[in-house]
Amino acid sequence: MTDARTPAIELIGIDKRFGAVHANKDVNLTIGRGSIHGIIGENGAGKSTLMSILFGFYSADKGEIRVKGETVKIRSSSDAIAHGIGMVHQHFMLVDTFTVLENVVLGAEGGSLIGPALAKARESLKHLAEEYEMDVDPDAIVGELPVGLQQRVEILKALFKGAETLILDEPTGVLTPDEADHLFRILGQLRDQGKTVILITHKLREIMAITDRVTVMRRGEVVANFETAKTNVGELAEAMVGRRVLLHVEKRPSQPGEVVLDVRHVTWKDRKGIARVDDVSFTVRKGEIVGIAGVSGNGQSELLDVISGITRPTSGEVFFEGKNIGMMGDPQYLRREGLAHVPEDRQHRGLITSFDAAESAILGWHFEESLGKGFRLDRDAVVQRCTREMADFDVRPGNPLLKSAKFSGGNQQKIILAREIERDPDLLIVGQPTRGVDIGAIEFIHKRLIALRDEGKAILLVSVELDEIRSLSDRIIVMFAGKVMGEREPGTNERELGLLMAGVTAKDAA
Amino acid sequence: MLELFFGAETLASTVRLSVPLILACLAGLWSERSGIVDIGLEGKMLIAAFAAASTAAFSGNALLALLIAIMVSLGFSLVHGYASINQRGNQVVSGVAINMLAAGLAVVLGNEWFREGGRTPALSSDARFMPIDIPGISSLYDVPLIGVLARIISGHSLLTYIAVALVPVTAWALSRTRFGLRLRAVGENPHAVDTAGISVARLRYQAVIIAGVLCGIAGTYISTSLSASFVRDMTAGRGFMALAALIFANWRAWPALWACLLFGYLQAMGTRLQGVKFGTFEIPVQFINMLPYVMTVVLLAGFIGKSVPPRASGIPYTKDR
Repeated sequence: MTDARTPAIELIGIDKRFGAVHANKDVNLTIGRGSIHGIIGENGAGKSTLMSILFGFYSADKGEIRVKGETVKIRSSSDAIAHGIGMVHQHFMLVDTFTVLENVVLGAEGGSLIGPALAKARESLKHLAEEYEMDVDPDAIVGELPVGLQQRVEILKALFKGAETLILDEPTGVLTPDEADHLFRILGQLRDQGKTVILITHKLREIMAITDRVTVMRRGEVVANFETAKTNVGELAEAMVGRRVLLHVEKRPSQPGEVVLDVRHVTWKDRKGIARVDDVSFTVRKGEIVGIAGVSGNGQSELLDVISGITRPTSGEVFFEGKNIGMMGDPQYLRREGLAHVPEDRQHRGLITSFDAAESAILGWHFEESLGKGFRLDRDAVVQRCTREMADFDVRPGNPLLKSAKFSGGNQQKIILAREIERDPDLLIVGQPTRGVDIGAIEFIHKRLIALRDEGKAILLVSVELDEIRSLSDRIIVMFAGKVMGEREPGTNERELGLLMAGVTAKDAA
Repeated sequence: MLELFFGAETLASTVRLSVPLILACLAGLWSERSGIVDIGLEGKMLIAAFAAASTAAFSGNALLALLIAIMVSLGFSLVHGYASINQRGNQVVSGVAINMLAAGLAVVLGNEWFREGGRTPALSSDARFMPIDIPGISSLYDVPLIGVLARIISGHSLLTYIAVALVPVTAWALSRTRFGLRLRAVGENPHAVDTAGISVARLRYQAVIIAGVLCGIAGTYISTSLSASFVRDMTAGRGFMALAALIFANWRAWPALWACLLFGYLQAMGTRLQGVKFGTFEIPVQFINMLPYVMTVVLLAGFIGKSVPPRASGIPYTKDR
């Protein structure tokens, strides 16, 4: 009935509004069968919404979905699954306390008792493992598996339910470069077996590496379609933001001065006595950016907490401008002394999402005399300050009275950066400055960080984005399992850094 | 002394007092395994006890009393379900509201209907769930040891046997059936259930309904089997003790049975030790009555190792993260 040329998926005139936000505007998209199709766009460009509509999580206000040429109605995820569509979400949809088998079977039990389905799943996992080099212990508890394997369970889940088309939403965010390569090999094999893969990402490199075709979205619309082989990174980036972007941050060589931060043998153990930060030592000097690279969860967050005074180290010392601050545990004192902190978790620690922007913009500085004396908070001064900072950091919309939650990720980050940078700190600690931030804002934030460095300030940067670490840092420290694996020059190639991030040192490799 | 602590009478009384705990604990288990925290076990049992005693007083029919009690308890359960599933309200607040409503409503209606200060009239044995003697078992009563066992097993009401049978049924249903798998999943990660194409709300309503039915049976047992009328606040914190047993049992069915039997035993001892003297020293009754609660606090304070609630329990489900 359908010949091989019929597209796997066609989206025709998809339109979706959330209140005032027009998330998808008349989107048309055709995805060829047996191909890997990339969808790229900035945050808020509507890619995730579009895929959620395809997977039945939301329903479109207007438009038509065709699967293998036939118009279908997808009202829920079960409809999508019935039409052979599977999705691997950015945040895994797994039950941590279940075994791999139970997770795979959930929703596809095939009868009132789960015994037969578990046996069937065990068999089919064995086949899938052989076919796609996706070995997973079927009886392992999912919560105890590393993220790379958890993702594999997600893919297996979809395949077990008979997915012909697999949607992956930002699949590499949590993976090491090696794990990402393995994932891409698996996706390649899936395509070779005739499956269709839709890859949502904001990483241009991945699009170039693996996709056959790519669709670029901007502000809810499809702005361009390319054959991957006939395009390049620059062209894609331009399509994404609608203008030329500097992909590489231009910066002069650093002029490091005296030591501002000196971390000596810092160890931090969690309640179970496991050293999450293990004998870490390094320094940061004036006028340089030191980047800490590593896969997330390798002790970077805990290290930031120690340095910013949020937690006390179990042992070791931290010197800030010559003073031992390690055991002080007084973040407010540190901020007054010129240690500014842009926390990793913007939504929870960076600002209070239910506060208006002006209030979020003074968090941690509310005691300042200029914002009111004694018990009084001078509302006008607070709003004025925020207005000024918003203009300076190009926050959009520039409305200090808007709730913090209403700003996009990039603009929230700008509010926080403005708050910290405007106080003229001597040392800026910044965690994941561009996580969930769109390209335009990334460029802006990177420029500001470089400018701050050129003013002679010290910056400690923690990021899981290796590209970001490489383009901003003057020195790179790689952390793995709480330990410093080594220090490298920013020019060091990605493979070497990737191995360090996976805990493989040059000695092991040799 | 041995007879006092481990005699057939003490143990049989343990079983009798454990029954409402077991039923309520299983009700809590079903509800919380699906992610709905149920503080309202106490209130549902109480209103069911009142409904059962009133129906029995009016009709003289124990089975009808059970049916009505289940329906009333179910009604309260669905209110809790609506508040926590559809309206995404705070489940603890909703549960507390149900407890207060039940306590007040039972007394007000009782006073209006029977004019006995909130009590219901004493029930005749036809209107109650009376002990059933297993045929022929009395011949075993005089055999050593087996006789004790026989006397513990026999002579309970139908509801007791139902309660005990529900333990293996619950354990089996949770671990072996599709419904059990989905229910456990929805209590751990409702997002996973939703993306697997299963309705989160429907599963949770099913769990809440089961909890309502079980509390209905528990309440009926309290007012028509354990006693012969309804008295205000007669559940006496059993719903909360069941919650403690649930935590103690780490949200699993078999351990829940043992925990409830332990609490039931302590309650039985409380009654048995009244007026008993150790030498010249008489243990105050209040002290014995306190034991189950002290046990709960001590055990929960760290003597039972890790007790991990279902991860999503108490958190209303919304699609957006």
